[in-house]
Amino acid sequence: MSAPKVTPGAADRGLLPHPREPRPGKPAPEAVAAARRSPLALVLDRPTLFVVLVLALIAVIVPLLNLAVPEHSALHVRTYTVGLLGKYASYALLALAVDLIWGYCGILTLGHAAFFALGGYAMGMYLMREIGARGVYGNPLLPDFMVFLNWKALPWYWRGLDHFWLAAVLVLAAPAMLALVFGWLAFRSRVTGVYLSIMTQALTYALMLAFFRNETGFGGNNGFTGFKDILGFDLQASRTRVALFAVTVVVLALGYLACRFVVTSRTGRVIQAVRDAESRARFIGYRVESYKLWAFVFSAVLAGIAGALYVPQVGIINPSEFSPINSIEIVIWVAIGGRGTLYGALAGALLVNYAQTYFTQALPEIWLYALGGLFIGATLFLPGGLAGLIARRPIAGSRAASG
Amino acid sequence: MKPPPRKLRSLAAKLSGRSRSAQPPRIGALATGAPLSSGPDTSHGVILYLEEITVSFDGFKALDALTLYIETGELRCIIGPNGAGKTTMMDVVTGKTRPDHGSAWFGQTIDLLAHTEPEIAQAGIGRKFQKPTVFERHSVFENLELSMVGDRSVWRGLIARLSAAERERIEEVLEAIGLAERRFAPAGALSHGEKQWLEIGMLLMQNPRLLLVDEPVAGMTPQETERTAELLTALAGHHSIVVVEHDMDFVRSIARRLTVLHEGRVLADGPIEQVQADARVIEVYLGE
Repeated sequence: MSAPKVTPGAADRGLLPHPREPRPGKPAPEAVAAARRSPLALVLDRPTLFVVLVLALIAVIVPLLNLAVPEHSALHVRTYTVGLLGKYASYALLALAVDLIWGYCGILTLGHAAFFALGGYAMGMYLMREIGARGVYGNPLLPDFMVFLNWKALPWYWRGLDHFWLAAVLVLAAPAMLALVFGWLAFRSRVTGVYLSIMTQALTYALMLAFFRNETGFGGNNGFTGFKDILGFDLQASRTRVALFAVTVVVLALGYLACRFVVTSRTGRVIQAVRDAESRARFIGYRVESYKLWAFVFSAVLAGIAGALYVPQVGIINPSEFSPINSIEIVIWVAIGGRGTLYGALAGALLVNYAQTYFTQALPEIWLYALGGLFIGATLFLPGGLAGLIARRPIAGSRAASG
Repeated sequence: MKPPPRKLRSLAAKLSGRSRSAQPPRIGALATGAPLSSGPDTSHGVILYLEEITVSFDGFKALDALTLYIETGELRCIIGPNGAGKTTMMDVVTGKTRPDHGSAWFGQTIDLLAHTEPEIAQAGIGRKFQKPTVFERHSVFENLELSMVGDRSVWRGLIARLSAAERERIEEVLEAIGLAERRFAPAGALSHGEKQWLEIGMLLMQNPRLLLVDEPVAGMTPQETERTAELLTALAGHHSIVVVEHDMDFVRSIARRLTVLHEGRVLADGPIEQVQADARVIEVYLGE
């Protein structure tokens, strides 16, 4: 094409170099610059920098306003509010996980609360062991509910969980293993679309039933509560709660960066390609199942971490965390915020949960209607969610559109 | 059909990564240098062997003991009325459909019936769908990047960066398919014809030995059709190409050898003039 025949209208169809181009066939300089951006610049685009900066500021300012500003001041942030914000931050991380698998990989999961709850239970087991002999029954080894059930020994899967590091490993490993087995079976059999969504619902429902039972050794329908401290710090103390909040926000920022790294990598582009044209990806030689499985496991681990951060802040974990409705709510956050954009998922989780806190106090009876209305409204009028409103502006360089 | 411009020919030679020397080239010589899955052994001059292939769907025989050979470097056109089994044949070759009987070999050594779709793709068979299928939300450049031969593992992809040679190869293909100016446009914004070329470009990025092209000029303007004909003829010789097409003018403009399928069998096969003169062919197809 560098010495083309001139066909009438060819320039309009983009077949020929545009007349104003100095050298035929050479791209515009800014386009070259866009393609040659270093991976770091690609990961840290403007919205990402903005999000990370805001999160960093929040992680510093909110603790200061709680600890350094006297309580009678108007600027003081109550410890209760800090805990609430920390809960939102862990939900936001969960929303990122769902966005990665739904928004980027096109797999509508209606069971991600299961991974969140598994991470939470792993952390809860550590927190239960940390209570030690300070429980109601004063048993140094067995948590209260086991004493109550007349158990004589600690089940094998509870052993060693008095060590924080082992619990931390379990926080990652439990969701990862479940996602690996479930995903391997589902993707290998090429289960897709609504069938896969139904299976994820069944998965979380089955886990809920299992965790409800006393025999499984997870505290039955009461779950775990009455935590005393974490790593030796009193969980009731403002300082500990503020520190937990700061850690959660920092982990959220790191999770955001990790997701951003994944979606801007070539693997991320393949994952999005699988979403848009699965068979084409298969025919150009990608093992689509491996990519889906990888994304699913990564997303499950993120959800598990979110659950582990959630439990010490709310002070309780019980089987209702597995309930199917929870998983559906996460999908609603992401849909309202804008799937396929990380900042959209983040914003959706924060906004919807803030709205939930507000409405359940002010107008408790209408909250579920409001949530349903929001979801229907977003689906009908904002298919790209709130983020779709922003992204409607023309974007220079297509790679910006994929973040 | 006049021969394609020399420039295009040399470009195609560069693209396919082979010189005209007698030595059989390493596939992907121009490309990444990444380890390639073993290519086909074409020492007998035949790249695709389909023998006695039978595929039936609920009793309907889509392919009925089809036997077909494609020679190395050949540009073969396959025509046939609807339901003649053209698409099913491509499905068998690419691993999408498993035949009830018969054998399919890629070169002397690769049994196509024993491999999955991605494995067949990586062994060197590229397929263009009837409906242009590109990654609509990725840019033209990214579409080509993702199609590039090389490591397909998830972990490598996380840290993969384009090397200068890879970037150059993408540029070459962009030039060849005439989309250099639109490299950053999302593929979804391309015209129908441009999508078809992009899809051919994506096949080229895989460095395939055999290209299966299903209705490449459906819905194209006459100029686009002409350009597609140039592109395919320029690529033949370096790649073996099988084109399924309904547009007889287009087939006449590119075909050297023509195969007519009818009811899952080969009805006629040979140089285009001879096939066109065949009474049975005129009856079932051309006469319509």
